[in-house]
Amino acid sequence: MTDHADAGPAPGTVAHDLRVFWAYFSENRGAVTGLLFVALVVFLAIAANLVAPVDPAIQDRNAFLTPPLWQEGGRWPYILGTDAVGRDVLSRIIHGARYSMFIGTIVVTLSMLAGIALGLVAGYFRGWIETAIMRLMDVILAFPSLLLALGLVAILGPALINAMIAIAVVYLPHFVRLARASVLAEKDKEYVIASRLAGAGHVRLMFNAILPNCMAPLIVQATLSFSSAILDAAALGFLGMGAQPPTPEWGAMLAEAREFILRAWWVVTFPGLAILLTVLAINLMGDGLRDTLDPKLKRS
Amino acid sequence: MIRFLLNKLALLVPTFLGVTIAAFAFIRLLPGDPILLLAGERDVTPERRVMLEAQFGYDKPLWQQYARFLGDLTQGDLGVSVVTKTPILQEFLDRFPATVELSFCAMIFAVMLGLPAGVIAAVRRGSVFDHTVMGVSLAGYSMPIFWWGLILIILFSGILGWTPVSGRISLMYFFDEGTGFMLIDSLKSGQSGAFRSALSHLVLPSIVLGTIPLAVIARQTRSSMLEVLGEDYVRTARAKGLSPFRVVAVHALRNALITVITVIGLQIGVLLAGAILTETIFAWPGVGKWMIDSIFRRDYPAVQGGLLLIAAIVMIVNLIVDLLYGLVNPRIRHD
Repeated sequence: MTDHADAGPAPGTVAHDLRVFWAYFSENRGAVTGLLFVALVVFLAIAANLVAPVDPAIQDRNAFLTPPLWQEGGRWPYILGTDAVGRDVLSRIIHGARYSMFIGTIVVTLSMLAGIALGLVAGYFRGWIETAIMRLMDVILAFPSLLLALGLVAILGPALINAMIAIAVVYLPHFVRLARASVLAEKDKEYVIASRLAGAGHVRLMFNAILPNCMAPLIVQATLSFSSAILDAAALGFLGMGAQPPTPEWGAMLAEAREFILRAWWVVTFPGLAILLTVLAINLMGDGLRDTLDPKLKRS
Repeated sequence: MIRFLLNKLALLVPTFLGVTIAAFAFIRLLPGDPILLLAGERDVTPERRVMLEAQFGYDKPLWQQYARFLGDLTQGDLGVSVVTKTPILQEFLDRFPATVELSFCAMIFAVMLGLPAGVIAAVRRGSVFDHTVMGVSLAGYSMPIFWWGLILIILFSGILGWTPVSGRISLMYFFDEGTGFMLIDSLKSGQSGAFRSALSHLVLPSIVLGTIPLAVIARQTRSSMLEVLGEDYVRTARAKGLSPFRVVAVHALRNALITVITVIGLQIGVLLAGAILTETIFAWPGVGKWMIDSIFRRDYPAVQGGLLLIAAIVMIVNLIVDLLYGLVNPRIRHD
């Protein structure tokens, strides 16, 4: 992995690592496709105000349940049609990208930071503190994820922010287990002992010495959790326990559209398609990341 | 094997106690007055409140309340629904067969399609079929199943008119619900068309609920088969001149199945979570829909009981899977 014939950045630098990473990652066509699609969704999320043809909140009283443009009765500018109160479906989906990206980012950040901290502490200090943390994680894992999230939202109240907190808690055990396992594997290696002998304290050892060498599986897990978070948040929104109408969150849009399924297929089809394609793209990317970063886990 | 079993059980006890603590805490963490939530009443007089506190044991210290909660639990007393006033265990057991029936059919669908697809994909590695199976299974794994259900309804109920939209059986059939399993009860009733009606109500929900397990099983079967097909004993079997079918079906698949069975067992939790969404979409009267309805009716004792029972079921199933795995794979037992 170190010897590259072409003259690039010197081995050992970040630029060199990225180059090597890209060389492997770009071999996987599915992963690159996923990456491009995710980039598109991120772009739409950032530029939603500029890209969306119509304001997603505006209700056109003359255009309730207008079909998509290519169907009879469809009309400009409602490319993917309008919903039951005359809002543009496409614009709402574009704005919904913001919520999905936001949900994924917040959930993964919360879950990963807390999970890494707990996992590092458990693996580094061992003893009763490890037992306590790991048993708590077992309890969380005993509940089916969506069910636990529902229970937590019942306590916190139905709102998008509470749904995100609940999902972050549900995903915590995966990060804790990974972080702990990696610490256990790394802890007694020479480089850690060397830095301990050099006088490094607990915090420095945990975060500066051990953590950077445990990142690969955590990054892969973060990607996969990102897509699951979008799915679970949409499910909660659909059940009325996540984002609340009129928020253009994809799951909440589906919940609003449900009663029209047999009359207006487009209000149901497109928001769900947006969820499916986004989640699929992130999963494709995650598979590629796993194969590149973590050859041990590579699918045969 | 006995030691293996005892080890696993010993690990389970603290987790189960943790689950009971979580369920116990659930009611107390909810916004609002827990006494009123438990009693399902509003604006009670101070005297009535004192009475209710004594009835639910809230006049005692917290640890005594928990001890009472555990004591009731051992006798199968999970409290009473504030809406229907029936015991929660009874409510749960009434609906559980519907969920089991649906999950069972979903699993059959997932295994019947996923297993052969995974095997063929592995045998024809790199072929168009392989790529298709992997692509479709990744899509299945990424599927928002609540949306998938709606799309199937549009297609098969709306446009084609093949399947009913919701429920377990057409309203024109009446018979005694002996087992709680509609397929069995409708057969036993002897009414013509009843079984057919029950079956047609099961098709779409089973497909929806089985989609994610199907994707997981197909992927797992493929990768286990690829691993096994590279082993020496498979080469030996081939060298002996056995037919390719025999090598794959008998020699390779049997060993590949070990991991696949584990994965199938671990999907039970996924099924129960998926049942919440699937049952909501198809108005399927199982425990998933009951949980959602209970949350919206603010029937929190029912939610508490449901959380506890479902977690217990998932834990027991996982234990059984672990034991089966230990049984078929002796190396695990001596870890």
